[in-house]
Amino acid sequence: MSSIKATLRSFAPRSFGHLISTLFLVLGAWVMVFPFVWMISSSLKPTDEVYDTDFSIIPRTFKGFENYYEVLFDQPYLMFLMNSFIVCVGILIVQLITAVPAAYALAKLKFRGSTILFGTVIASLTIPINVTSIPIYVGIVQASLLDTYLAMMFPFFISVFAIFLFRQFFRSFPDSIIDAARVDGFSEIEIILRLILPSAVPAIAAFSVFSFVTHWNDLYWPLIVVTSQDKMTATLSMMQYQSDFDTDYGRTFASATVVTAPMVIAFLFARRLFIRGITMTGVKG
Amino acid sequence: MSRLTLRNIGKSFGDTEVLKAITLDVEDGEFLSLVGQSGCGKSTLLRIISGLEAPSSGEILMQGQTVTHLAPKQRNIAMVFQDYALYPHMSVAENMAMPLIMAQVPMYARLPLVRRVAPAARRHKPNIDAQIDTVAKQLRIDHLLARKPAQLSGGQRQRVALGRALVRNPGIFLMDEPLSNLDAKLRVEVRREISELHASSGLTFVYVTHDQTEAMTMSDRVALMQGGSILQVAAPNSLYTNPASVDVARFIGSPQINIFPVQSRATGLHLGDTNLGLILEGADADLQIGLRPEALSLQGVSGLSSHPPGAVVITLPFDKHMVEDLGPEVLIHGRLDAEPEIDLRIRAQKAKDYGLTDQLAKARRLNVTIDPTQLLVFDAGGRRLHITPRMMRTTSEVS
Repeated sequence: MSSIKATLRSFAPRSFGHLISTLFLVLGAWVMVFPFVWMISSSLKPTDEVYDTDFSIIPRTFKGFENYYEVLFDQPYLMFLMNSFIVCVGILIVQLITAVPAAYALAKLKFRGSTILFGTVIASLTIPINVTSIPIYVGIVQASLLDTYLAMMFPFFISVFAIFLFRQFFRSFPDSIIDAARVDGFSEIEIILRLILPSAVPAIAAFSVFSFVTHWNDLYWPLIVVTSQDKMTATLSMMQYQSDFDTDYGRTFASATVVTAPMVIAFLFARRLFIRGITMTGVKG
Repeated sequence: MSRLTLRNIGKSFGDTEVLKAITLDVEDGEFLSLVGQSGCGKSTLLRIISGLEAPSSGEILMQGQTVTHLAPKQRNIAMVFQDYALYPHMSVAENMAMPLIMAQVPMYARLPLVRRVAPAARRHKPNIDAQIDTVAKQLRIDHLLARKPAQLSGGQRQRVALGRALVRNPGIFLMDEPLSNLDAKLRVEVRREISELHASSGLTFVYVTHDQTEAMTMSDRVALMQGGSILQVAAPNSLYTNPASVDVARFIGSPQINIFPVQSRATGLHLGDTNLGLILEGADADLQIGLRPEALSLQGVSGLSSHPPGAVVITLPFDKHMVEDLGPEVLIHGRLDAEPEIDLRIRAQKAKDYGLTDQLAKARRLNVTIDPTQLLVFDAGGRRLHITPRMMRTTSEVS
């Protein structure tokens, strides 16, 4: 009994300011959490109840079993997950291979035009994918690469954001160590592989999380370039329950829950890495 | 044939000229120090010798071969940096192995993953391990081989950096202020170790420092740099007793040399209104006189050494301002009581009865004596004149 009281007391506001800030945070948390609650709640309902103006969190007619059964077993769910995984990993690997040497050159090498090149990198940061998507799409059509993994990955192979992030990180690497390595006979590539990369693990991990989450959640580009079911990513697979005539919202929400689940589970296991990724990249995912 | 020859090395960063036509020869097995204040270009010169920086003009030769455009690794040099520059995530043994691996193991066998299985990498390992072991024993760091640089003290890191440079048996050993990050006591210790290393290895050392004590104690020759030029290259003792210019005399020696302007006339050497009782043959000009603090002493203060009785000295009135006790000797700051007033630093050995009488502490006005044989004469522009003033009378009194 006394321990319950103690627990209750620990929640009791210590001052008026404390009360206000607690209320504010609870409100903020609710705003963040409510869409997920709504998603899970709706995934257990039949479509007509999702539309119901009289909203309740507990479904009146429980359709959860049918909705989830259909999402998990009536479609190749594991294949969609696999597709997402292939696309995300493929993008990430090529991004790292292109960004790390570019960032090293911009951070540590003196060459003519480096300032202009770096300015171009910064300028490229401001261009959203939507602007370049039509020329890229036309290019992919011309190369008859539509409906392939490559088409899904190609526009993201070079990440100016990664170049910028790594360049800022590499700049703090001591010049004298690089000089010592040059005297010791390292080539520039070996300086990157043996010295810069091991020191950049935190930045690379942060960027990897950022890139992976971004492309896992991406619906826009796969929707444009992929049509066949066997290339669909998990996110894209949600769209199957939408047709011109009718949308099965119960199943769409069940699908959304299942697609979100891997990232949420990964987050629970590697929470610290995620948070560092978001704070270091300075961008809200 | 010289181990290292620099011919007219110039270096500019944009409009700033950092080095102006540096010409220098370093003999095989020599310990040469480049010394000067920060910004004098000594570190840039060392980086040019190492190949990390390219000269804007001039030529670098090593054993008669032009190396001006060779990369650092092709020059057979090793370099030790001020902040040690150890590879942070590698153990001491790996740090020391790196220059050997780079020199001996072929490129493909150094690639990530491949290097774990490549027979070429494996074949060289026992040989490399043996070399590391020898050098580690020599530097007494063999018990640290498994540690990471972060787990070492400053002195140990410095030894590892020395070891990494030594393993490859370089032709020239370059050091960029390797002691300035160490505390005072350790600095003296490592200084001695580097000297011993030079003596036992017989390698050629080029050593950059801003600290004249380091330069003077360790070097065979010292090159004193200022404003991108070499002022003088000489053995430490000769640099001290026989400086080529006022700037050299001012830089070398602590406490600093006393420099004051004099006028040389037919009537003798004049310091303002005071006739010093010296004459310089054939010099009718404004000159500068340099006197080391130990060339001066105070007259008749018991407890301090003075010029021996009967020695030829000049006596001048002196206002004592402050006394610094350095242990075996004292440093007396004061001002010459003449027109113009001139600040003087006097260094005097303590005698046995120092402190028994309070004579030095109590005295305000004293007489300072100068040994004229230790006078250094410079022209008004600061260039050394190799002439010695002659006494007009045996003892001079202030007129």
